[in-house]
Amino acid sequence: MKLQIASRLAIYAVLELAGKPDSQMSAAEIGGKYGISTHHLAKVLHTLGRAGLVRSVRGAHGGYQFSGNAKRTTLMEVIELFENMGGTENRTSDAGAESQVGRALGQVLQEIDDLTRATFSSITLSTMLKLMQR
Amino acid sequence: MDTGSKREEIESQTDLKVRLVQDADLTRVIELDALVTGVAKDTYWHELYARHRQRSEGEEFFFVAEGVGALESTLLGYVIGEVRAWEFGSEPCGWLFALAVRPDARQMGVGEQLMTTLSDAFRNVDVTTMRTMISRDNHLFMSFFRSEGMMAGPYIQLEKDLKP
Repeated sequence: MKLQIASRLAIYAVLELAGKPDSQMSAAEIGGKYGISTHHLAKVLHTLGRAGLVRSVRGAHGGYQFSGNAKRTTLMEVIELFENMGGTENRTSDAGAESQVGRALGQVLQEIDDLTRATFSSITLSTMLKLMQR
Repeated sequence: MDTGSKREEIESQTDLKVRLVQDADLTRVIELDALVTGVAKDTYWHELYARHRQRSEGEEFFFVAEGVGALESTLLGYVIGEVRAWEFGSEPCGWLFALAVRPDARQMGVGEQLMTTLSDAFRNVDVTTMRTMISRDNHLFMSFFRSEGMMAGPYIQLEKDLKP
């Protein structure tokens, strides 16, 4: 599966900051590390800030700092700030969804969605940081 | 039970002891299981323990974690794992099929130490893969096992409704 670009940028940014919770990094520094446009990243960081996951630090050496709880924040919570992670409501409007084939296909897709949601919902930022070190 | 002061008491302990289960632990294991699952299963546990005592060395591991010092009689958690070979076409691997930690003793490393002890036990019998099965909706256990390095394996549990 593929995540939308904003979700990926958000995960990069929040993990970069959560990995160094006592430090701050500017959008340019994070963007430079991942080859990401500062413009795109700033929008993502703004959304993360509204969600309470990062906070902006003003001043000459300002930037962004992680302000969430890495042990309690899951990848799903980050992703859902930027995209809808599925559900039947997304498919009922699809052409043919109410047909016999459409409903059977809907069941299969729902199974995949349920597994996807369960996976993202079970991986915290803290677990991701451990995974990064392996 | 004053859970607040009990948790402080547990937190103040820097050590806990993980050891093999003994007959005298069974009552406390049953109580802890009933506490965390909400379902009392006396018969299940007595039968399980009876089978456990019949297993050969290295087939099944049943560890308990208990407090030390003032908390010596406090059962903080347990873990049970067994070696299964060739089921579902899988080479011998270790299956963790029961784990519980007292609610007021969580986030204090009890689960982690139980996992480490079980993992070491499996390695000692040359088992190099550990598996478990969890309900998709059990976010607590899913998160815990993920934090312990477990990832989705190559098998998928399938099921079929047999109700007429």
